[in-house]
Amino acid sequence: MKPLLIKLLITLTLSAPLHSTYAGESILVQSTTSTANSGLYDFILPLFEQQTNIKVNVVAVGTGQAIRNARNCDADVLLVHAKSSEEKFVEEGYGVQRLDLMYNDFVIVGPQNDPADINEADNATDALSKIAAGKALFASRGDNSGTHKKEVSLWQATSIDPTTDSGRWYRETGSGMGATLNVSVGMNAYTLTDRATWISFNNKQQHKILLEGDSTLFNQYGVILVNEKKCPDTNSHAGQKFIDWMTSPEGQQRIAQFTLDDQQLFYPNAAPQ
Amino acid sequence: MQDIWQSFELAWTLIVNLNPALSEIVLLSLRVSLTATLIACLVGMPLGALLGIRHFRGKWAVTVVLNTFMGMPPVVLGLLFYMVLSASGPLGWLQLLYTPGAMILVQVFLILPIVTALTKQIIEDAWVEYQPLFQSLCVSRSGAVKTMLWDTRTSLLTVSLAGFARAISEVGAVIVVGGNINHLTRVMTTAIALETSKGDLAMALALGMVLLMIALTVNAMVFSARQRLPV
Repeated sequence: MKPLLIKLLITLTLSAPLHSTYAGESILVQSTTSTANSGLYDFILPLFEQQTNIKVNVVAVGTGQAIRNARNCDADVLLVHAKSSEEKFVEEGYGVQRLDLMYNDFVIVGPQNDPADINEADNATDALSKIAAGKALFASRGDNSGTHKKEVSLWQATSIDPTTDSGRWYRETGSGMGATLNVSVGMNAYTLTDRATWISFNNKQQHKILLEGDSTLFNQYGVILVNEKKCPDTNSHAGQKFIDWMTSPEGQQRIAQFTLDDQQLFYPNAAPQ
Repeated sequence: MQDIWQSFELAWTLIVNLNPALSEIVLLSLRVSLTATLIACLVGMPLGALLGIRHFRGKWAVTVVLNTFMGMPPVVLGLLFYMVLSASGPLGWLQLLYTPGAMILVQVFLILPIVTALTKQIIEDAWVEYQPLFQSLCVSRSGAVKTMLWDTRTSLLTVSLAGFARAISEVGAVIVVGGNINHLTRVMTTAIALETSKGDLAMALALGMVLLMIALTVNAMVFSARQRLPV
């Protein structure tokens, strides 16, 4: 065989790092997708990594899966947005303590012509009722994520069970926020999304925000250190440093400075230490 | 249509400018999938050859299972390895989860059935021709395997390419055990999935084109090497 080809093969395969080649400390953060996909981590983490020499590895999955992975001890820090699930996680001993980190809000997006007239709706409950009454297409995450949990709670307030119409006007994608927005745009459906993902989403086409500003659409992000009593291999020391920094005035200020298209995506609200 | 055209332009700019973020991802893709292919071939080819020439009870069952595993959904294999490699799993102490090592491991098991089953078939067919000769010359079984693996090398090269193609194109397994961590375990396919979820379809498609270009380069190199193989 060609010596060049053999050389190339050997170089490539032998140089494959089996473990992380990073020499210093590192932590693993199981995170919700909106924070990662919007570019927040790319904006704030370099500063933290430079100051502390701790490398932060982020696995971005839905909140439901992030919590499940953290339960399996495959995380040092959990950063998600489903308060009751987070509190349960801590109560069961998997997390040390849950801290508020920042917030933004959910919005309902839909086709520009707004077939169910939710633009006229008084609040989220009213909007969802209109969608159900008009049997307008609605794309749901259907994946037990933080956004999906919020959506379920909003439907509960309307006393409508949309899942009885699942597969008809109510479409459960079972996918991440971005994938669901792609579906929503593709089939002209309404969707509940967090504002950060929507602002950073590049395939909006004719879709736009049709309902926002309702207090029930509040979206709180929390941060939790995984408990070393349950997970002995957790890097608590570095994980705690990360949480301390994120909730410090400096970290909070950095979160507030992150903008896309001149819009602030996350509003810091950690309690002063 | 505009998006598709834009993707071509983007793919071109990415390649011409040798975008460093992209090179990192491309190199990791190649490292992971080439290593996995190499290991799968080193294990699967001798194994397939042995299966091809030996007769034993239940051989048909082994064949059927092997052929079925060729269709293993990557995401299922990924989940299985996640559970095994998870800190709470039986091999958690290896601390391989969310590392390139885990991605290589899962891809080895993904393509091993393909390499083994295809090799078995090739050797089985050749065996019909070779058996009388080997028997008259009293060639040992291991000698026969070695000779036949060498004589069918051009076909086996194609087998290795099939394995490589499967490895470099799959996303389901590596995204679960690798986690798509930036600068650590992000490869071409997981980057494409990420750009799709960001709604940056043009970028996603451009990355797909780059991936195809790389596969094309690898195939062309192997093809030209094959032309020069001593006959």
